[in-house]
Amino acid sequence: MTATLTPGKTTPSHSSSPRTPDRAERRRHWLSRLDVKASPYAYVAPFFIVFGLVGLFPLIYTFVVSLYDWDLLKGQGDFVGIDNFVSVLQDEFFWNSLFNTFSIFVLSSIPQLIAATFIAAILDQNIRSKTFWRMSILLPYVVTPAAVALIFSNMFSEDYGLINNMLQNFGLDAIGWKTDTLPSHIAIATMVNWRWTGYNALILLAAMQSVPRDVHESAALDGAGMLRRFFSITLPSIRPTMVFVIITATIGGLQIFVEPRMFDAATAGGSQRQFQTTVLYLWEMAFFRQNFGEASAIAWLLFLIIVGIGLINFLLSRSIATAETKVSTTRRQRRLAAYRNKEVSR
Amino acid sequence: MSIAVTQKKTAPDAPRRRRFFGIDRRPGFLTYGLLTVFLVCSAYPLWWSFVMSTRQNSDFGLSWPPLLPGGRFWINAQVVFESIPFWKALGNSLIISCVVTLSVVTFSTLAGYAFAKLRFRGRNGLMVFVIATLAVPTQLGIIPLFMLMRTWGWTGSIGAVIIPLLVTAFGVFFMRQYLVDVIPDELLEAARVDGANMIRTFFHVAVPAARPAMAILALFTFMTAWTDFLWPLLVLDSTNPTLQTALSQLQSAHYVDYSIVLAGAILSTVPLLVLFVVAGKQLISGIMQGAVKG
Repeated sequence: MTATLTPGKTTPSHSSSPRTPDRAERRRHWLSRLDVKASPYAYVAPFFIVFGLVGLFPLIYTFVVSLYDWDLLKGQGDFVGIDNFVSVLQDEFFWNSLFNTFSIFVLSSIPQLIAATFIAAILDQNIRSKTFWRMSILLPYVVTPAAVALIFSNMFSEDYGLINNMLQNFGLDAIGWKTDTLPSHIAIATMVNWRWTGYNALILLAAMQSVPRDVHESAALDGAGMLRRFFSITLPSIRPTMVFVIITATIGGLQIFVEPRMFDAATAGGSQRQFQTTVLYLWEMAFFRQNFGEASAIAWLLFLIIVGIGLINFLLSRSIATAETKVSTTRRQRRLAAYRNKEVSR
Repeated sequence: MSIAVTQKKTAPDAPRRRRFFGIDRRPGFLTYGLLTVFLVCSAYPLWWSFVMSTRQNSDFGLSWPPLLPGGRFWINAQVVFESIPFWKALGNSLIISCVVTLSVVTFSTLAGYAFAKLRFRGRNGLMVFVIATLAVPTQLGIIPLFMLMRTWGWTGSIGAVIIPLLVTAFGVFFMRQYLVDVIPDELLEAARVDGANMIRTFFHVAVPAARPAMAILALFTFMTAWTDFLWPLLVLDSTNPTLQTALSQLQSAHYVDYSIVLAGAILSTVPLLVLFVVAGKQLISGIMQGAVKG
């Protein structure tokens, strides 16, 4: 860390020539200037050094690896340019994994967002024992994804799983949760939803609570019912937070790995790859097929997709927000004009 | 920061109308009914897996799931302990999470304080960089990271798990957002005038003010490190796992013996459940604060 010298007594180096207090003063002044100038850099340096080494460098170096024939054991091979990317883009398994990832992502983010908003709206009332109810919806968040995956892959087990047992109790057919594509996606999305809905509901609840109460008051006095208040006051005011939640869900959701990995322990994403996600495919490519070059190409493509979607989210939300302000300003102006006309005609 | 964790109850002298028709009206049956449904949805999967982990495999064949635990939990747990190095994994997870938490909180507080309160050239540019990296999935750099660890000969040791988690952009960002508001500049100036140097100012002014945020950051960092799965799976082998990767070993070893696998899942959840009971309130306020600031 920083070795800032506390300017103490300067010991005269030559006892024969007594230092003037003026010089000591200047030296101390210089030291403290140095302290002020250099300290901030020393404080932020650890983050940038470590992050550069284990975060940024690997990400950039992934690109270098993707340009070579690179084997897990043999190491670096010939320079092949964009061949790895070409073969990944022609690989049906890659597209299959992307399809699965997006399908699971959609199934796990849209219902989750709707449910979280609904739960937050319920919690946003004047209820008794608030902390207890908040804790109750956050409970799944403290179960680790690995444990969640174990619990749910047992529930969704095809022969004696809880879900299929219940379906049969009600006279329905058992569903092939682990063999059929869509059911397996639903099962995996359920794990994600179960763990994250409460968490996101609390984030949205915080946003709802920052809406001033008197806005609701006056709307209620003007005769707006609960639904009307929800759609006209609550939803518009939590939009920025919604965007935040969506972006974080995107970054996380497209990198889903644990759940499909543990949903079927014997395979990497199902016997027919019916729920193999992209990160799972990357893992298979790197450590089973030992092809680091193509695995790195997959990593980069996924990286570009995630960042691209994040940007699109961000820009969309901005443009929606500006359009909204435009609409509301024109409305306001129109109303003002009408009001003034009324005043004049009186 | 405006989070009313406890809302004021309507004062008894509030106008009647408001108490019965306004927004402070006590919600009725429907609300509590729905809340109970949410509670059941959250708790039932956990309860079910606990019940099943105390029984034997044949109970999975029952068409209606049993609601009360049997008596076989310790028998199943014994099998778990025999088939995976459970205690070692627990120790590893604890060491990793504690070291990572300590490091993230220290470096985030230092850097966050510098970004929030100190003036230096390039400050804004560096902060923009931190925010940009928030949206970057660093997990995708695992292949070179793995090669790096192999070169250093660290694979198989928990050091390799710890290194990439030592700092987070989120931590720096979070601390900066918090410290910008809570430390008055006058206080820093006063400390400087009194002759404290920079590091003393940091310890005597910034750290005491940052304490609540540090606690929240510590809680979340600990949980994130504890739940990490992909990276430990790559760099550790089966003799020296973390709790999460040990669970996947257990599943591979006993994929037909559900009650044992579930016993493992329950055992691995206990530490975080304890944390949840102790620090649940802080966890909630942390989530809610991070949101308003984010």
